[in-house]
Amino acid sequence: MNTQDLEKKFQDRIDAGEKIEPKDWMPEKYRKTHIRQISQHAHSEIVGMLPEGNWISRAPSLRRKVALLAKVQDEGGHGLYLYSAAETLGISRDELFNQLHTGKAKYSSIFNYPALTWADIGAIGWLVDGAAIINQVMLTRTSFGPYARAMVRICKEESFHQRQGYEILLTLCNGTEVQKAMAQDALNRWWWPSLMMFGPRDEESPNTAQSVKWKIKRKTNDELRQQFVDNTIPQAEILGITVPDPDLKWNEERGHYDFGAIDWSEFWNVVKGNGPCNKERLAARNAAWDNGAWVREAALAHSEKQAKREELKQAI
Amino acid sequence: MANQGLPIWEVFIRSKNGLEHRHVGSLHAADAEMALENARDVYTRREEGVSLWVVESKHITASNPEHQGELFEPAQDKVYRHPTFYKLPDELEHM
Repeated sequence: MNTQDLEKKFQDRIDAGEKIEPKDWMPEKYRKTHIRQISQHAHSEIVGMLPEGNWISRAPSLRRKVALLAKVQDEGGHGLYLYSAAETLGISRDELFNQLHTGKAKYSSIFNYPALTWADIGAIGWLVDGAAIINQVMLTRTSFGPYARAMVRICKEESFHQRQGYEILLTLCNGTEVQKAMAQDALNRWWWPSLMMFGPRDEESPNTAQSVKWKIKRKTNDELRQQFVDNTIPQAEILGITVPDPDLKWNEERGHYDFGAIDWSEFWNVVKGNGPCNKERLAARNAAWDNGAWVREAALAHSEKQAKREELKQAI
Repeated sequence: MANQGLPIWEVFIRSKNGLEHRHVGSLHAADAEMALENARDVYTRREEGVSLWVVESKHITASNPEHQGELFEPAQDKVYRHPTFYKLPDELEHM
């Protein structure tokens, strides 16, 4: 079969709702797009541990501390599920890490913002995980089997993340004036970056059409963003705090909230590496990798020693 | 880079006694013991299982999707392997 026929057959399988598995024939671009997308997603989970990890030792109670520890541990686990899914496409874990550590691969820009106060931990769970969930629920139906299966596991675990964040903010909003102001301040700083998490507007997202055709994405960036706004505004009302957008209002006709223009220059600036924490995040990942080298070496040396000992035993 | 790469292991979990082990994913580990410990941390944080299997991926032989036809299509025309192939009277119950 020539490439054109193979591509036609491949598209027919996708159109019929079949899942693609790692050893199946796939267009090179489908493979590359998936390696890029899944690894970016994995890197986001791993880098996403940093802003929150910073608060584990300063959580205000034991209850908050165990929850935050469990959440950060989940994120490490989610990164590992995703790296495994990417590896089924023929790229090695070392190469994936290398792309992250050299800055060649991207991760979600949201993690280049700092978590300045305890309320930020609430806002991250509520908004950042909330936005991620909307994207990830869509991805449970993505066409590549290993990615879809990783997403099912992740979505099951993720809903506690959002709830624990919302509970943090609820507690602050029911607290003193200063605590409530802290929650409002966190919302002010995290709102716009959260909306940017869904990526550029549809008309500026040239890959969307192909991704929708291959069922990598089932909804466009703007559709997902609208869904997020519609979900989130009533939740902010319950908290009694307001999003920093004077143009936000309910549109009866559309059945959706209208919202103001996003400052895309900020988005691209952070993507290009000029956000508040880009350098710090990358330095922390590199340090973790370099400082862990001796552990990996020791584990391998230990396994070799054990294997030799076993051989000797067999010989006797 | 110092790391020459830890081998890949496939992880299988028995969710409760009476059910089979099912494949859940993979991970990297230096040896079987480390693979079991990592599998516990990565795949059973919420009581997903009562038993774990790990096997180094290189030991698995997989069928080639291109041979799907010759492997599995012969079963398609053997409808007589299914109970519904046999025409029996309606009054015959529970068979």
